Amino acid sequence: MYKRMLVLRFPPEITDQPLVCSLSREYDLCFNILKATIFPGQEGLMVLEISGYKKQVQEGLRYLRSKGVAVKSIAQEIRRNNDICIQCGACTAMCPTKALYIDDESREVRFVPSECKGCELCVAVCPVRAMEIRFAKDKVLV
Amino acid sequence: MEKNVNALKNDRDIQMSHYQISKSLEEINEKIRSGKAVVVTAEEMIGIVRKQGEIRAAQEVDVVTTGTFSPMCSSGAFINFGHSVPGIKASQVWVNGVPAYAGLAAVDIYIGATEPRVDDPLNLKYPGEFLYGGGHVIQDLVAGKTVHLRAEAYGTHCYPRKALDKRVSLSDLPFAQLCNPRNAYQNYNCAVNVTDKTIYTYMGTLRPRMGNANYCTSGQLSPLFNDPYYQTIGVGTRIFLGGGTGYVVAAGTQHNPGVPRTERGLPKRPGGTLMVMGDLKHMSPRWLVGVSLLGYGCSLAVGLGVPIPILNEEIAFRTGVSDEEIVTQVVDYGKDYPRGQGRSLKEVTYAQLKTGMIRIGDKEVKTAPLSSYVRAREIAQILRDWISSGKFLLAQPQELLPSERIETRD
Repeated sequence: MYKRMLVLRFPPEITDQPLVCSLSREYDLCFNILKATIFPGQEGLMVLEISGYKKQVQEGLRYLRSKGVAVKSIAQEIRRNNDICIQCGACTAMCPTKALYIDDESREVRFVPSECKGCELCVAVCPVRAMEIRFAKDKVLV
Repeated sequence: MEKNVNALKNDRDIQMSHYQISKSLEEINEKIRSGKAVVVTAEEMIGIVRKQGEIRAAQEVDVVTTGTFSPMCSSGAFINFGHSVPGIKASQVWVNGVPAYAGLAAVDIYIGATEPRVDDPLNLKYPGEFLYGGGHVIQDLVAGKTVHLRAEAYGTHCYPRKALDKRVSLSDLPFAQLCNPRNAYQNYNCAVNVTDKTIYTYMGTLRPRMGNANYCTSGQLSPLFNDPYYQTIGVGTRIFLGGGTGYVVAAGTQHNPGVPRTERGLPKRPGGTLMVMGDLKHMSPRWLVGVSLLGYGCSLAVGLGVPIPILNEEIAFRTGVSDEEIVTQVVDYGKDYPRGQGRSLKEVTYAQLKTGMIRIGDKEVKTAPLSSYVRAREIAQILRDWISSGKFLLAQPQELLPSERIETRD
């Protein structure tokens, strides 16, 4: 199962077409609309999560683009799985925003999600793969 | 080797007479048995020695516990997987797809921590992720998970079977000993990269133009920094290993006591090492963790702690060591290290490294540890509690590790 979180912008001239419905019917994709402001004759905006086979997701996106929809991926969110983190600190070398840092007193490796810009540099350097990428759903809906 | 040991013994005999405090290991064990032993961690000992001096510290404290938790590549396990009917003389063995060395008796194998799975893409898709290897197999075993064991053989009269496929867990295995040829390195380089490209090393990912400096010991908590001349540690020393009990069985590979040392006798570069062993069945996945080093390979993070008996005030003094007194060398892993040059770009203390920033030339370089200080402290505390509660006695080493005493204390 392949999942993407997207922001779609519909130009005014195509807001009367059932494009998202076609994703489901033609490409066998599952969709979940998180936010939509679409009025006939005006530019439309939609935040959409789609899932399905990777190849079909890609084909579906190609279809949307061919119809003139601007497709953008949503920033993803990094989380730490504290059950497997071994508190080594290797991630702190890579973090550009100090969202990951070592507390001077306790020597604990701390993670402050609000400081994280989602660059993902920490994900692959973590020796136990404790840093996970998730969709930033709450950020999308603001 | 023997000569060094004898020299050290004589040296110590001469010094013995000058000690104001002198305790035997047996006396300390007697106190442990009766629940009266005073046991502190190496971190706690720093303040005690500073405040009260080494003589009073030696009077009061009986045992200092140390700890370290970090990737230690030279690790693995001897496993006997038991005979099947008909029997097999395995010539090739894989555990969860990770090749194990089978050039031992019929169903004995050694699985090494850095062996990747057979189908691992390695560095073909650069940098490789190395998500599963021998270290992960060991962690899965101690976590009680079932693993898939596959063996091939050419078949003999006594062991006719040519292939074996079975699922086993640690409790099914007749024998499983963690046996690590080199752990607990006494000091290690601080690694940087002076080239223009990111490099992927066993010291982690190193960003170009000295973008970061990675180091990897627990400093003042580290076992061999607290007994720099191996005056109490030797063959037979009982230790905390992987969450269970283990033993020092020899000096580790690359054990090199002859490196330059500070006035306090602390190696300025990688020095001594330990070869350790312990029953895997009593260990825990919290203290044996499979790790993946991006672009380098897989390994095993090992939790290890050594108790140091405070036999006299000299040992008390040595266990009072703090990060300000321990130094290491900053070495370039971009150009120098691959060419076998260990040229030091700068000497830094662990206290400096722990501030998160060091200065090399006119550049401020961000530092990061690969060794978990939080977990090292936890190991020292667990070992302290084991000894305080009387369930862990100290073992008399049968032979101390080879040592060279270059500078003596003034």
